[in-house]
Amino acid sequence: MSLKHNILAVLSIGDCHGYQIRQEIESRTGQTWPINIGQIYSTLDRLERDNLIVAERANPEGQIRYSITKAGKAEAMEWLKAPVSQTTQIRHELAIKLALAVTLPGVDTELILQSQRIATLQNLQTLTTAKMTASESAPSDLAWILILDSQLFALEAELRWLDHVEGLLLVSAARGLESQNELNTKSSKRGRPTKSVGNGK
Amino acid sequence: MTNTLIDLQDIRKTYGTGEAQVQALAGVTLQVREGELVAVMGASGSGKSTILAISGGLERPDTGTTKVNGMELFSTPEKELARLRRQTIGYVFQDFNLIPSLTAIENVALPLELDGVTKGQAKKAAEEALELMQIKEIAKRFPDQISGGQRQRVAIARSIVGSRKVILADEPTGALDSRTGEAVIRALRERIDGGAAGILVTHDAKNAAWADRILLIRDGVIVDEARTKRDLNELMKNV
Repeated sequence: MSLKHNILAVLSIGDCHGYQIRQEIESRTGQTWPINIGQIYSTLDRLERDNLIVAERANPEGQIRYSITKAGKAEAMEWLKAPVSQTTQIRHELAIKLALAVTLPGVDTELILQSQRIATLQNLQTLTTAKMTASESAPSDLAWILILDSQLFALEAELRWLDHVEGLLLVSAARGLESQNELNTKSSKRGRPTKSVGNGK
Repeated sequence: MTNTLIDLQDIRKTYGTGEAQVQALAGVTLQVREGELVAVMGASGSGKSTILAISGGLERPDTGTTKVNGMELFSTPEKELARLRRQTIGYVFQDFNLIPSLTAIENVALPLELDGVTKGQAKKAAEEALELMQIKEIAKRFPDQISGGQRQRVAIARSIVGSRKVILADEPTGALDSRTGEAVIRALRERIDGGAAGILVTHDAKNAAWADRILLIRDGVIVDEARTKRDLNELMKNV
């Protein structure tokens, strides 16, 4: 999550000091993002260095107010418009676990799928329970609901994926693919490398 | 101690005979208490709709006992059973089962009127149920004049009208978009929290998650159960 851009977005509404920025971000993101005040100040320093914000002189209480520059406003708008790039997890832990489990003799992949399904359903229930008490008409709850919903839809997709995997594994088993599980001893030409760096290339 | 409103003990049910015989339920035991919503999930043909049909007194099990609100359904005389179904059990069918010659509000009010509730009172209760389903504006239209999603909500309104203590719903949000579906499940949940018991059969995990327990059924047997126990803070840590 880009703290830099969240700070710019808050400052685009009006001038704030550091603590105020933290409060604004936390209340606008449904309190799901606890931010260290130290992080806020170090990010403010970088933003000032890059001329995206300007710092006023400290008041008698030692508070410094920050205001956004034209360049800062442009940067915030660019960020809001840009799509969030989701890095696809190719090495999804469960996918790798199942791929391996299928090839191991005596391992019941159906049981692995089942325990995952129950765990995912429980997570879905936990999030839904949180949603039951939230109200769409309260602005602070709305941010919270948006975050809960994104997780709920992701978990639902995971459950559909588990159903799909179950079907796929049944077909594979029917074709006898699971019997091809012996160790391949033919192509092993090298032993264990003696050094961990620069070996085996 | 809260009241057990639905009590199924070792229910077995087979359809067909000989080669074509299919075992729909192979020993299902399930209790649902007042204030509790139980979701049943499983592949098509796993037996989940049969659980609902038996709990609603629509299908007779081969063996086992079925008590609803303390009454054994299948040793109750037909006339009394019909009354129990009308007064105690609200059933949402997959294909809605609305009466085409009655308007939406008349469909919803019908079970109350059959029980001798005055027309005015029945209408008022029906209006409340339609409002809860957010379709008050189509009260005077006939089933063929409204959309599939609206028909579905009329069917749900009919199942919760009055003071039914048991609500049985078979895919109640199948024809609804995600937002409307959620509003409907939320209303069902609130109704159950207010002192009813419910069984919800669904393919939709997001709907099932509104239940206190989610049962997974396979080949006529309950194979597993999910209930909330994870800590929300723990869960959101990585978000």
